[in-house]
Amino acid sequence: MTSTPGSAGPTDATTPPPSERPSRGAQWSPTPRPAPVRRFSPAERLVHRTTAILMLTCLATAGCLYLPSLAELVGRRHLVVTVHIWTGLLLPVPYLLGLASRAFRADLALLGRLTPVDRAWLRAVRRRRPARPSGKFNAGQKLFAGWIAGATLVMLGTGLLMWLTHLTPLTWRTGATFVHDWLSLAMGTVIAGHLWMAATHPEARRAMRTGFSRPR
Amino acid sequence: MSRGAPVGRRLVLGMLGLGAAGVAAAPYLQSGYDSFLGAAAGKDPTGITGLLPGSGGFRYYSVASSVPRKTPQNYRLTVDGLVDRPASYTLAQLRAMPQTRLVRDVQCVTGWRVPDTAFEGVPLSHLLSLAGVRPTARAIRFTCFDGVYSESLTLQQAGRDDVLVALRMQDKDVSHTHGGPARLYVAPMYFYKSAKWLTGITVTDRVRPGYWEELGYDIDAWVGRSNGRDDTPTV
Repeated sequence: MTSTPGSAGPTDATTPPPSERPSRGAQWSPTPRPAPVRRFSPAERLVHRTTAILMLTCLATAGCLYLPSLAELVGRRHLVVTVHIWTGLLLPVPYLLGLASRAFRADLALLGRLTPVDRAWLRAVRRRRPARPSGKFNAGQKLFAGWIAGATLVMLGTGLLMWLTHLTPLTWRTGATFVHDWLSLAMGTVIAGHLWMAATHPEARRAMRTGFSRPR
Repeated sequence: MSRGAPVGRRLVLGMLGLGAAGVAAAPYLQSGYDSFLGAAAGKDPTGITGLLPGSGGFRYYSVASSVPRKTPQNYRLTVDGLVDRPASYTLAQLRAMPQTRLVRDVQCVTGWRVPDTAFEGVPLSHLLSLAGVRPTARAIRFTCFDGVYSESLTLQQAGRDDVLVALRMQDKDVSHTHGGPARLYVAPMYFYKSAKWLTGITVTDRVRPGYWEELGYDIDAWVGRSNGRDDTPTV
């Protein structure tokens, strides 16, 4: 793997324990604190944030259309449908605009390829070994990125079939509804997992929030 | 050094392939799943099966932000427009009229179907004959106390004996979520014609399209012969 700016450490590293407080009379350590490493450019963070807002709105409106208790609470079916359709249609736009950013393209290239290091990471996960080697992104993050991109495209395609009812015969529309319903459940589960990983990895969250992470 | 396997691309293409296969195989998957779910739902005390896709039963659709609740005391159904004897009925008065009970499938235009659902109520034709429809009348407009929804029927459709002002559904009083205390029930048409929370019946000289019809749905919504669908007719 070629060296790229910001590939110093894995994104999912847990927060290191706070360094020991110097006891009274202890000497100040002469080791200089390493400079923070830039992990994500402002453009990348903007892409992530807008995609997150669109995806969560899409999921929330889906819940209001689909779950009876939420549907009874919210009503306004036509408005909710309109919001759901348009957030869904806009979902790929931040990604497409992000392709103008060199840093975004570089990270996509990293995310798209599974290296021998990633295979070692997957083996370590399967065998529950704590030492899990990775580059800037670990294999789990790479698999998530590829799966969610493909799933989003399938949702977009089946959603278009359901929306533009005059385009295709009815059996296509019924099939599209079937796939759209089931895949939405799978995506909701996977995105809940993504949020759980973010909640339990403050260092990764800080990198996405500020653009920098502290090397260990 | 090798750049590694292009797993991202494989995942995206694989998902697209699975999605297309899912669309194509859906009719077979759905029927197998339906029979499995039908068996599972009968033994499911948690009700979780009710949340899975295509699990049958009714889905709640409302176009209003909130719907006021009407009791037997404050509910009124008015009949007006091109009639000789406009009227306003209480629920008790409607219950005292001759009732018809129909058991048919309910078919929603979005695809779900609930088999063998009983509706019971006053035939619309009975209310129209009580009011005395004038010769210039051509259609009926229905309005609802959610303040938003409306529906329409031609006079000929309204005269069918499978069109009711339903007071009971599944042999219980029509609940609030199902459009109670009284809703329209148009058995041969997609369920959006069966307006919930019915409060007004106005006889008009032409068809005035209802809420979804203004948004592109068919005005004559025969099950299996409209909205580009080919469902089995419910009558």
